[in-house]
Amino acid sequence: MSPEFLAYGAFFLTMALTYAIICLGLNVQWGQTGLFNVGIAAFVAIGAYASAILTTPDAAGRIGGFGLPIAVGWVGGAALSALLAFLVGWLTIRLRADYLAITTFGVSVSVQLVALNLVGLTGGPFGITFIPRPFGDLAGNALAFGLANLALVAAVVLVTYLILERLVRSPWGRVLRAIREDEIAAQALGKSPKWLRIQAFTLGGAIMGLAGAIQAHFIGFIAPENYLPMITFQVWAMLIVGGSGNNRGAILGAILVWALWALSGQLIEATFPAGSQARAASLRLVLIGVALCAILLVRPQGILREVRTLSRHALGRKQPEVSS
Amino acid sequence: MTKPATHAPLLDVRNLAKSFAGLNAVDGMSIALARGELTGLIGPNGAGKTTLFNLIAGSLKPDAGSIRLGGTDLTAIGPERRLRAGLGRTFQIPRPFGEMTVLENVLTAVQNQTGERMFANLYAFSRIAAEERRSVEKARAILDFLSLSRLENEPARVLSGGQRKLLELARVMITDPQVILLDEPAAGVNPALLDLIIDRIAEINRRGMTILLIEHNMEMIQRLCARVVVMAQGKLLAEGAPADIARDAGVVGAYLGDAA
Repeated sequence: MSPEFLAYGAFFLTMALTYAIICLGLNVQWGQTGLFNVGIAAFVAIGAYASAILTTPDAAGRIGGFGLPIAVGWVGGAALSALLAFLVGWLTIRLRADYLAITTFGVSVSVQLVALNLVGLTGGPFGITFIPRPFGDLAGNALAFGLANLALVAAVVLVTYLILERLVRSPWGRVLRAIREDEIAAQALGKSPKWLRIQAFTLGGAIMGLAGAIQAHFIGFIAPENYLPMITFQVWAMLIVGGSGNNRGAILGAILVWALWALSGQLIEATFPAGSQARAASLRLVLIGVALCAILLVRPQGILREVRTLSRHALGRKQPEVSS
Repeated sequence: MTKPATHAPLLDVRNLAKSFAGLNAVDGMSIALARGELTGLIGPNGAGKTTLFNLIAGSLKPDAGSIRLGGTDLTAIGPERRLRAGLGRTFQIPRPFGEMTVLENVLTAVQNQTGERMFANLYAFSRIAAEERRSVEKARAILDFLSLSRLENEPARVLSGGQRKLLELARVMITDPQVILLDEPAAGVNPALLDLIIDRIAEINRRGMTILLIEHNMEMIQRLCARVVVMAQGKLLAEGAPADIARDAGVVGAYLGDAA
């Protein structure tokens, strides 16, 4: 295999893995807790912009340019997105699920419009450029640069996955499942559904913000058009295809749907004449929609379904049963 | 027989009222339970018994009246904090977490778990593991007491009606409440399990638990309760020993639809 092909593969997989992180965040909110977030774009955008503003060098006509290290940007992006999630959750979570959906959608449209119009902070329609890229020194060698970034993002996915798996199997995960099943019964057992759902929503928001920041640094350039409701749709498709409620499913779904998206894009580029390519691009959406329908028909729970989780400590200590 | 005045009731419910769109479901109802008492609450369908339970347990807010447990006023706080204050309840129609195992259902009910704090799971490993081991042990003892051990790893949705009632009881027991409100533990239970349920409730009470029991099954009331409170149309109609209540003309009238 040629180095160009490997470099492209690394680039492709790194992008897919950034989506996998967003998808893991959605899985905390929807898969684990049943919170219907239709504003994923907002949390990703906040993470991306916060990190970009914190880390870019000074630019004329724009507030920011703090030139901080990339790691600070990642943490800042996650923190700001968590704050947004906390506020949205705190204001709406006592309401029914459909209100959360409407609110998050509204928030995502608002955030995108702010990014488009608050030129002094976000760069407006032109976005923010020269976002520092991890392993930027290697940029001359496409393959080394691609592989180093892939390793970094893969490590983040792995750590996020391990933490989330730990939480799913903890008493915290158990009480979230109880609330998802029957909120009134959980309340009668002394649990506070509202507070626990706000926690899950905030954690999910933080993860999405982190993913947004990582994506921004990987590409090196962000603009408002990256954060249209399309991204929300893509991530939902990823989670449904991969298997809602299953963290491995979230990662697998992200890679598969991203593959479909990227490959169909190239296919359209190769087959359609230049004049009609813009219109043909909508076929990618049709393709994802068809894939979604196929999965829902054939395997409604996704490729990897939710496994019944028993809390870590209770597992493997099954008493010898005396059957009657 | 009245208790000496120095012994304030453990649960003291006074003048509770709740109306739904003009219907006075509970209309100035008072009830007091002494520590260790097992009291029956009976009345015709629609008398307001379950509404009264929901008011006491906090899933409904009263229009008027007060609820005190051991001197603490619970009237203004939500259901989850009432449970933490020591007021446990079961539901008339059991509400198990169907996709969770029987053991997990009981473990979920344990109070003050360090592991229920999200961040604690990232550093307090040994403390959470130790707590969880203790909880599992305690849960198994309770499941054993209620003859559910055999089913501990089954998802709760496979349980029969009577087993679900027992699971509700197990979940409440592991919270170490001071008072348990039992809403029709015998309804829809097959006779074989009924004896077990009656026996276990009596045993819990013998160990000192204060219990308020809603029940239509008069045999169960007579076997378990020294005192019965009768409600009709949201009000207190009568109270006394089960045998006396059964002879009370007003009570019989209320059940026949003539509450005058």
